[in-house]
Amino acid sequence: MQAAGYPAMTAAAPAPWRSFDLKWIVIGVCVVFTVYIAVIPLAFLLWQSFFTPHTAAKAARFTLNNYAQAYGSTETLRLFWNSVQFSTGTAILAFVLGTGLAWMNERTNTPFKALFFALSIIPLIIPGILFTVAWILLGSPKIGIINLALQHWFGLEQPLFNVYSLWGMIWVDGLHYSPMAFLLMTAAFRAMDPSLEESATMSGANIFQVAWRVTLKLTWPAILATLLILFVRAIESFEVPALLGLPVGIHVFTSSIYQAVHRYPSQIGLASAYAMTLLAITTIGVYFVSRLSSAGNRYATMTGKGFRPRPIDLGPWRWVAAAIFIVYFLLIVVLPFLVLLWSSFQKFYSVPSWQALQNLTLDPYRFIFTYPNLSRSVWNTLVLSLGSATVIMLVTSVICWIVVKTKLPGRWLLDNIASLPMVFPGLVLGLSIMIFYLNVDVGIYGTIWIMFIAYVTRFMPYGLRYNTASMLQIHKELEESAAMSGASWGTTFRRVILPLLKPGLLAGWIYVMIVSVRELSSSILLYSPGTEVLSITIWELWENGQYVELSALGVLFILALFFLVMLAQWLGKKFGIKE
Amino acid sequence: MLKVQGLFTEYPNERGQVVKAAQDVSFEVPEGKLFTLLGPSGCGKTTTLRSIAGLERPRAGEISVGDRVVYSSSRNIFVAPNRRGFGMVFQSYAIWPHMNVFQNAAFPLEVGQRRLSRKEIRDKVMRVLTAVQLESFADREATKLSGGQQQRLALARALVMEPELLLLDEPLSNLDAKLRELMRFELKRLQRELRITTVYVTHDQSEALALSHSIAVMSEGHIQQIGTPREIYERPRTQFVADFVGTTNFVDGTVLGPGAAPGHFRIRTEFGDVEVLSDDSLRSNDRVVLSVRPEDVELAETRPDGDNVWEARVDQKVFLGEFVDFQVKLASRILLSRCHPSLRTPVGDALYVKLHPEKCIALKAA
Repeated sequence: MQAAGYPAMTAAAPAPWRSFDLKWIVIGVCVVFTVYIAVIPLAFLLWQSFFTPHTAAKAARFTLNNYAQAYGSTETLRLFWNSVQFSTGTAILAFVLGTGLAWMNERTNTPFKALFFALSIIPLIIPGILFTVAWILLGSPKIGIINLALQHWFGLEQPLFNVYSLWGMIWVDGLHYSPMAFLLMTAAFRAMDPSLEESATMSGANIFQVAWRVTLKLTWPAILATLLILFVRAIESFEVPALLGLPVGIHVFTSSIYQAVHRYPSQIGLASAYAMTLLAITTIGVYFVSRLSSAGNRYATMTGKGFRPRPIDLGPWRWVAAAIFIVYFLLIVVLPFLVLLWSSFQKFYSVPSWQALQNLTLDPYRFIFTYPNLSRSVWNTLVLSLGSATVIMLVTSVICWIVVKTKLPGRWLLDNIASLPMVFPGLVLGLSIMIFYLNVDVGIYGTIWIMFIAYVTRFMPYGLRYNTASMLQIHKELEESAAMSGASWGTTFRRVILPLLKPGLLAGWIYVMIVSVRELSSSILLYSPGTEVLSITIWELWENGQYVELSALGVLFILALFFLVMLAQWLGKKFGIKE
Repeated sequence: MLKVQGLFTEYPNERGQVVKAAQDVSFEVPEGKLFTLLGPSGCGKTTTLRSIAGLERPRAGEISVGDRVVYSSSRNIFVAPNRRGFGMVFQSYAIWPHMNVFQNAAFPLEVGQRRLSRKEIRDKVMRVLTAVQLESFADREATKLSGGQQQRLALARALVMEPELLLLDEPLSNLDAKLRELMRFELKRLQRELRITTVYVTHDQSEALALSHSIAVMSEGHIQQIGTPREIYERPRTQFVADFVGTTNFVDGTVLGPGAAPGHFRIRTEFGDVEVLSDDSLRSNDRVVLSVRPEDVELAETRPDGDNVWEARVDQKVFLGEFVDFQVKLASRILLSRCHPSLRTPVGDALYVKLHPEKCIALKAA
C-alpha cells in the first residue's frame, strides 16, 4: 500500500487489524518480560525465606526457622543498630557536604566554579570499590598516608584516624555519596523560582532570613527526599561495609547477607531473611521519597521568565568558601586517585618516601596486561554493559510509551512494576536471582546470562526514567498525524517515536552502560569462574592482597570510565540533552 | 523623587558573553507619579528596574530616592536591596507557597528593621488586604488563590511596609485578557489614591498608555523617548517609537522646504506633496519618514476641503465591528485607514484621502 505511494481509501481495510496485531505482540512481549524480570525473583526470595534449602537429599520444607534465627538473637539487634547508625551518619555527612556545595555553586560568587562541574561526574568515574581501597591506603592506622603524615608532623604516637571503624565507614561512604547529594540539591535549588527569594529580599529580609524563612522552607520536601535517598543508598551500599567493616567485625545488613551466602554450607534461608528486612526498609524509604517528590511539585513554581538570581556576594569569605571546596576536591578526587597512581608504580606497596621513589616500576601494569583473567573480564564487562543498555532502552521505550501515551487500564501498575527494581539493593537482587535460577533450572545458572538478567533488572528503572522524560515531550499529535498519513503503529513507532526519543535514548543508553560497567554488588553473588567482570577482578585482587596490581587496574579503569563519561557529555551536548 | 542618572548595567549570560542591558539610562520620577518603562523583550527595561531595586548591580551611574542615594558608582555606594525599603511586584508574583495569605503579606513587617507588635502587624496587614479586597481570604493557603488574587496579594505585600517607591515588573502579563483590563483599572485607582511613586515595566503599549503619568520607551538598552502617553502616541520622536507604540503608516519622503505654519514642512512622497509637522529642524533635501496613524487617515466619498487631499482606490477592507479597516491605494502606495463602520465604499471604488498636517509626523530617516 505504501509502496504504491497511495494511502488509498479502499485499501485501508486490512491495514488496521494487521498493525493492531503487531502492536499487541510487541506490547505483550515487553510487558511479560518486564513483569517476569521484576516480580519473579522477589517472589522467590520471599518463598525461600520461609523454606529450608532444597537439596538433592531433602526437599524444601516450610519453616520459620530462618526468621527465628535472624531475629532471635541479640546479634540481629546489633546488626540493625549498626546499619541504622551507619546509614544515618552517611546520609547526614553526604547531605551536609552536598547541600553546602550546591548552595555555594548556585547562589554565591565562590571562585573556581568551573571545578564544580567535576562533582557531577566523579561518582560515575570512581567506582565505590576503588574509592574505598584508596581510602584504606590513605586512612588505615598502619599504612594510611594521611595518618603517617600527621603523626610525623605533629610527633604523635597514635594514628589520628582509623578508617576501620564505624566513623571511618561513615566518612568514606559519606564522601562517596556527597556528589549525589550535590546533584539532588542543585536540582532542588534550580527548581525554585529565584524571584521567591528576591521578593523576600525586597521585603527587607537579610541573607539569613531569606535562607531560613524562604529557601530552606521551600526546599524542605527536597531536603527530606534527598536525606531519604541517601539513607537508602547507604543502607544498600556493600563495598564500604565489606572492606572496612568486616575486618573489624562491624556488621551491617549487606555484609551479613554476603557472609551468610559465602559461609560453608551457605545459609541462603538466613540471607533471605536478612534480605527481606533490608528490602522492607528500602521499600519504605523509596515509597516516602515518591510521596515527598509529589508533595514537592506543589512548591516547584517555575513561572515567570526565570531570571538568573543575583549571586550573593560573600566578600572576603568567598576565599574561605573556595578553600573549603578545594580541600573537599582533594579529599574526593585528587588524593584517592594519586594514592592509587602511586601504588600502581610500586613492586610491593610502600608509603611514599625518597627510597620508594627510586623503586618505581611498571611491573604492576605488566602483570595486569598479562593477567589471564583480565581480557576475559574486560570482554564480559563490555558484552554485559552494551547488551543490557541496549535491551533496557528498547524495552523501556515501549513500556513508557504504554504508560505515557495510551489509556490502557492498569498502565500505572506496569509503571510501578518496571520501577520496582529500584527498591532492590544490588546484593538482594543478586541473591533473589541466584535463588530463582538455582531452583528453576533453565541452564543459565553459572553462565553470563544470569548476570545479564541481573543487570537488566537492576538498571531498568534508570532506562525508564530517561525514556519517560523524553516521551513526555512528544506531543500526541505527532503520532496522530503519522497515523493520519497512513502509517501503521509499527512504522509510527520506528519512524516517529524512536527518532524523537533519540537524545533521551542515547543519554540513557550511555548512563546504563556506565553504571553496568561498575556493577559489583549483584555480580558478586552471581559470577563463577569464567564470567568475572572488571569489578569482580578488582575484588579478587583485593582478596588476594595484590594491592599494587589492583591499583594499576584501578587507574586504567578510572581513565577508561573518564573517557566514557566525557564521550557521554560530548554526545549529550551535541544532541542538546540537558541533565 | 526617584532620580536615575547615567545608568549602565551589564551582566554575563550563560555563555559568558556580556549583555549590555542598560546603556546611559537617565530619568526622573516626581513624587506620587507612575512612570513606565516600555519596550520589547530584551530592551533593558527589566534590568533597569532590577538595578533600582538593587537586585542587579550596575556598572556605572547614580540612583537616588529623595535625598537618599542608594547607588552611586563615583561615590562607591551600594545599598543592599533589603535595606532600600522599596516594594516590588514580580512578574511571577513570587507568592510564597508555604505561607497563607496573611503570612505572605505580614512577612515584610516581620523581617523589617522596625520592630512592630503583633497587633500593629495585624492591623497593617488587614488594612492593606482590605485595600486589595483580599480581607476575607486572610487564612487561605496562598496556592489556592486565583491568578488575579495572587496578583493582588503580591501588590499588598509590596505595599504593606508603606514603601517610598513601588516597583512593578510586568505585573499583569500573567493574567488572561479580561482580568488584565480589570486589574488595569484597579492598579490605576490604587496608585492614584495612595499617591505612591511607582516605576512600572511592561511590553504592552496599551497598558503603558492607560496607566502612566509618563512613559520612557526603551530599545536595545537606550531610552528612545520620554513623555506623557499623549506625547508618545501623537508626537513620536523616532521611527522605533512610532512603530512600537500603536499602529502606523510609514511613507518615505524628501523635504521640499518650510510649510505654511511654524514647525510645518512640505515633503515630496511617491503619491504627492504633503504638508507635515516635525520637531526636528529639517532642511531641504533631507530624507524623512512620514508617520501617520490609521485613525488619522480620513476617507470620504466626496472631495473634502483643504490641503493634503488625494484620490485613492479601496484595495481591501476588513469589518471589525466597532470600526472598519480600509487598505487604500494612493499611486503605488497602500495606506491603512481606520474608519467608522458607516463608510461602506465597495472594494475597487474610488474615494478621497485627507491627512491633517498636525497628524503627519515627519521623522528623520534612519
